[in-house]
Amino acid sequence: MLKDITLGQYFPGDTVAHRLDPRTKILLVTFYIIALFCAKGAVSYGLLALTLAVCVRISRVGLHALVRGLKPVLFIILFTGILNLFFTPGERYLVEWGVLRISDTGLRNAIFMVIRIMLLIMGTFLMTYTTSPISLTDGLERLLNGLKKIHVPVHELAMMMSIALRFIPTLIEETDKIMSAQKARGADFESGGLVQKARALIPVLVPLFISAFRRADELATAMECRCYHGGEGRTKLHVLHYAARDWAALALGAAILVGVLALRPLGL
Amino acid sequence: MTRGGETLEPILQIQHLTHTYSAGTPFQRSAVEDMSFDVYDGEFLGIIGHTGSGKSTLIQHLNGLLRPTSGRVLLHGKDIWAEPKKIRSVRFQVGLVFQYPEYQLFEETVYKDIAFGPTNQGKTGEELDRCVREAARLVGIRDDQLDRSPFELSGGQKRRVALAGVMAMEPQVLVLDEPTAGLDPAGRENLMANIRDYHRNKRRTIILVSHSMDEIAQNVDRILVLKSAHVLMSGTPAEVFARADELLTAGLDVPQVTRIAMRMREKGLPINPAVYTVQALERELLALRKGGAAC
Repeated sequence: MLKDITLGQYFPGDTVAHRLDPRTKILLVTFYIIALFCAKGAVSYGLLALTLAVCVRISRVGLHALVRGLKPVLFIILFTGILNLFFTPGERYLVEWGVLRISDTGLRNAIFMVIRIMLLIMGTFLMTYTTSPISLTDGLERLLNGLKKIHVPVHELAMMMSIALRFIPTLIEETDKIMSAQKARGADFESGGLVQKARALIPVLVPLFISAFRRADELATAMECRCYHGGEGRTKLHVLHYAARDWAALALGAAILVGVLALRPLGL
Repeated sequence: MTRGGETLEPILQIQHLTHTYSAGTPFQRSAVEDMSFDVYDGEFLGIIGHTGSGKSTLIQHLNGLLRPTSGRVLLHGKDIWAEPKKIRSVRFQVGLVFQYPEYQLFEETVYKDIAFGPTNQGKTGEELDRCVREAARLVGIRDDQLDRSPFELSGGQKRRVALAGVMAMEPQVLVLDEPTAGLDPAGRENLMANIRDYHRNKRRTIILVSHSMDEIAQNVDRILVLKSAHVLMSGTPAEVFARADELLTAGLDVPQVTRIAMRMREKGLPINPAVYTVQALERELLALRKGGAAC
């Protein structure tokens, strides 16, 4: 149950999508997000949906896995959709039902908004599905390297991110284990009201926090033993290099972004 | 089954138990496949097997933490999943102590932590107090330690507290998953002595899961050997270690003493290879020196 959470989950593979430089993928996702928020009409959305479909095809990540990723945010999607549907003023009203009215613009906005969020999430998930967390943070660190000049602790942030990502599965497993152990002692996580349910979590949270601190302590010691002293002068085992396919992918991504921007004034 | 003239009743019956993880996906695999065996009232059963042989999955079925994919688990002849809503009462009757149980402690004092299980059972007042103190005594926690924070204790003591937390529920079956893992030899022997005392005084069923053949051999009445999700063999230690060759070909260990006896046999000494304690080997060797093999 807890293990079903997909967060930064990586499906190993050997496709073009997997082999692209992580920086390329981060930039492409950024382009994609900008394009999504600039898209105005059906043509732009169609173009962006098609782009995602092609990328999914290339990456051989099953559509099933992507749709599963949508599940946790289903509520937000529905909420935004409904809000847009009922509360957008428009010229023509299709349905009037007391305070609840659906205008033509409302319907249009609701549909586009839902598509936008879905594409946004699936696009980002596609990146995390095809890029290992380590190379993702590596790429992010290199991309943000310039910010070091204005004293942004880029290396430290990237290191924190990779450690956090690394420990998510560990902590989930640990939670499962502790919950089982407390259930074996008769803990009841299912019945009772909200307060009772929250109280029932104390026997899980206390050991979980203690073990998280213990792990952090051990990790810090292990890093210090190996003379870790921050990013200063630290070399990489895998140095990132842009290949021809990266330039090609970036050019294609930029072209799509420009295309969407060009369609914007036309309202397409 | 009979032992020493008295008939033992089965308390737990495992019938064709199968558990499949991630069914219907490419990752599908059975951790437990068609296992059947009985656990008798009052016995000390040892379960041994490699990592990945299905030990941990199996024991989580005994108290209903996992639901069988197929097959049944009977407690006192009743399917524990007959009424899924009452599964909690099964957990009080079959107490399960996980591996490294010291990581489940959470209360402010040792006393309160041990009392967590029995309180969930609905015990209060004097009965609760009796359960807690008795369990603490069984595992060798002193009275003055009861008011301390469990986090101030040493690793071995924390484990004792966790063990007491399950014992305090007074389960009819106590399942212990590698209770001595990570302890030093003295700590191991000490803890096993406490567990043996518990069994001797309470006459309650204990299931001990371990991968140390020596530990199993020295403590249990009956052994269940698991290999890749199946029951490979079961019987008294003497019966199981008489088939030491099979154990070794299955990639499992045998007690050190048995290994020595096997070597001696290879060298031509007529020694019963089924010995598994130092005392038994000593007897065998003394008998050999007197000129006659005692088999």
